[in-house]
Amino acid sequence: MSGEYMVRMSHINKSFPGVKALDDVSFDLRAGEVMALLGENGAGKSTLMKILDGVYTRDSGEVEIMGRPMEIDMTPKIAQAEGVAMIHQELNMCTQLSVAENIFLGRELVSGFTLSNREMRRRAREILGRLNLNLDPDTIVGSLSVSKQQMVEIAKALGANARILIMDEPTSALTAKEIEELFSITRKLRDEGCGIVYISHRLEELQYIVDRVTIMRDGRFITSCNFADTSMDEIISNMVGREIKEKFPHVDTPKGKKIFEVKNLNAGKMVRNIDLDLYEGEIVGIAGLMGAGRTEITRAIFGVDPKDSGEILLDGRPVRIDEPRDAIRAGIVLVPEDRKRDGLCTKLSIRENIALPNLDLLCGAGGKVAVRRERNMVAKAVESLRIKLSSPEMDAGNLSGGNQQKVVVGKWLARQSRVVIFDEPTRGIDVAAKVEIYILMNELKRQGIGVMFVSSEMPEVLGMADRIIVVCDGRITGEFTAANATQEKVLEAAMRFENKSERLAAVN
Amino acid sequence: MEQRNPVMRLLATRGMGQVVTVTLGLIVLCVVFSFLNPMFLSGRNIANLSRQIVPILLVGISQSYVLITGNIDLSIGSVLGMSCMTSATLMTRGVNPWLAAILTILACLVVGLLNGVLVAKCKLPPFIATLGTMTIARGIAQIVNNNYNTDSIGSGPAAMLFQSVFYYGRVLGLYSPVIIAFVLWVFFFFILSWTRTGRHIYAVGSNIEASRLSGVNVSRTVIVAYLVSAFCASVVGLITTATSGMGSMDAGNMYEMYAVAASVIGGVSTLGGQGLLLGTVIGAAIWGVLQNGLQFAGAPVAIRNIVIGAIVVISVLMDVVIRTGGWKFKSKT
Repeated sequence: MSGEYMVRMSHINKSFPGVKALDDVSFDLRAGEVMALLGENGAGKSTLMKILDGVYTRDSGEVEIMGRPMEIDMTPKIAQAEGVAMIHQELNMCTQLSVAENIFLGRELVSGFTLSNREMRRRAREILGRLNLNLDPDTIVGSLSVSKQQMVEIAKALGANARILIMDEPTSALTAKEIEELFSITRKLRDEGCGIVYISHRLEELQYIVDRVTIMRDGRFITSCNFADTSMDEIISNMVGREIKEKFPHVDTPKGKKIFEVKNLNAGKMVRNIDLDLYEGEIVGIAGLMGAGRTEITRAIFGVDPKDSGEILLDGRPVRIDEPRDAIRAGIVLVPEDRKRDGLCTKLSIRENIALPNLDLLCGAGGKVAVRRERNMVAKAVESLRIKLSSPEMDAGNLSGGNQQKVVVGKWLARQSRVVIFDEPTRGIDVAAKVEIYILMNELKRQGIGVMFVSSEMPEVLGMADRIIVVCDGRITGEFTAANATQEKVLEAAMRFENKSERLAAVN
Repeated sequence: MEQRNPVMRLLATRGMGQVVTVTLGLIVLCVVFSFLNPMFLSGRNIANLSRQIVPILLVGISQSYVLITGNIDLSIGSVLGMSCMTSATLMTRGVNPWLAAILTILACLVVGLLNGVLVAKCKLPPFIATLGTMTIARGIAQIVNNNYNTDSIGSGPAAMLFQSVFYYGRVLGLYSPVIIAFVLWVFFFFILSWTRTGRHIYAVGSNIEASRLSGVNVSRTVIVAYLVSAFCASVVGLITTATSGMGSMDAGNMYEMYAVAASVIGGVSTLGGQGLLLGTVIGAAIWGVLQNGLQFAGAPVAIRNIVIGAIVVISVLMDVVIRTGGWKFKSKT
């Protein structure tokens, strides 16, 4: 079935500041096959594919597309001209425009100075027909379901003569029936000789669609084989087993009384029936894959997103949290995942950032900021977290990632809180700063403060948490104590998706 | 390294660089105009000039508050006009001027509250919301006296006192509006730079989401900024009434834009989160000096407009260049 090589990538290396994202990775794709690219969070799948479609430039290594070697500084435009197209997880469509307009976006057909709308509609219909899609090219894209929009995106790629399609988690938002439609289109394209890279965490779906698998871990190539020659267990055991390079400063403290409890919390699609509790002297880690709903759970607890139902108890008493300020007043604080978006006022100084949530402690009755008290608070936070800065009057936006993170953490330490929730506290920061964050978490734990943290780094969860809660599809799918958790068990629970595939099997 | 010297610390305040630059610009302007016409620096002209600057300074405070929260207020000029017409109408119908002034300010605060609620709670784009209230407030200014400018507010003792307090009076050699502006400026400077509310205004303008996650009541903060804006505009309306002794339906026309100009020349960022009221004073002063100086030098109104418009564009361009360290209109990611 499969023919000549469409893509050959060999010895690819790519580093980001402080991280080696890809280490001597090789990858190939033949015409007429669907290749699954598998790996845990941060294994390097996306980075590798972004090099293939020209978004990132590689540091070294060779890329050949259709037998032609690519220059090291290839761009998305070149990749597109060579027939590479990525179908993104978040769809990039102009939702106010029609299907035909989207398909020809950026390469509109013209005659003279005017658009040849009739010709574009005709060709759009032709491409849609090729995909067996019964869609009017004049339909406004925003009025279509997510799955249909995805099909339009595929049609757009085909309209640009794409032969190599990269699909990133294409089924996560689809129903069983829609998945079946997508798969039948995918098979059709494969049979026409396209090469398809299929990135997914939903292992049960692979059997319906995949010809070969490539597995990555820790930015390295692990193995590549025919899907028929392997088994689920083998795939999982190749995906896990990340080397634990760092030492985690785990401390044991006796477990005290229950501090915090969440009962039957629901908030939108990604937070469903969440029950969890937190005791004095323990750190609870929340593990899961990207998009599992971990961040959404922390946001719902903290009052950032509205809750549909559920109860939150602090020291046995129910607390009502509609807005973050309610949570802060009650003693629950959140260090958000996205520092730049949710954590920092980058145009304000470090001093102002640290003082911001604590102005209630720093202001007298008249609302005047007590300058000396403020300066002392900031000096203490800077010192205890070892934030490197020339002056607290510096703009927070000018700090390095690690120091920015310390400011976001530091602003919460000045007040007496009962529960501190960290969302990806060590993302994008250097090793030394990571260790300082770990030490800080331990310090909070020792003080009897409830610590909860979300992390995509499996070794970090296993190394730091006393108890691990695993989330998938917005539900809790597993809970382990540190003693009996293994990478396999956690990953297996993290991939316990809702049973679309049983329904899928029924459709097939 | 904590800076101990208070002067150095003041200079290290964020945004102070821009203030120093425009202050130097102001000095240069004064020197140039005094060469063109020696009368420019006469005591009488300075006194006049200071009184001319007051309306622009006060609406500049209005707009600066709103701009720093990352929003804009287009209703300032119309609120000014509404204040002028409402107060004058009440006074011509025999209401005590002081009671009239208080009622007028309250009415203007309602417009400010409406602005704040529309932007903060209903999430309307501030440009659109205040465009609407701008038109409404101008309509109110026209309707309160049945589409006519008012008659004179009269020469009774209460009216005379009102005019004296808001425009003609002098204390310690300073015209009364200058004193009013100074007091209000000090008060609002204190609020913005030294209080919790002020800090929240900067934080919301810098990053609204991070502010909310830090426990800031974002909608209340935005509403406060619009209330301050309407309040200052209404005071200028009262000054206008006192100046001419009557209400004019066109009062404050275009003042929302002059207010943007004064703020922006003084270094307030239209993107929010940055700016000092110290800069707004200098911005308003540059505006006043240009108007007055060009008039003294015999330039026609058209030339004055062109020069002032150019200054606004250049000062923002300079700011962009300084901030990004070069001409970068496109950013590639």
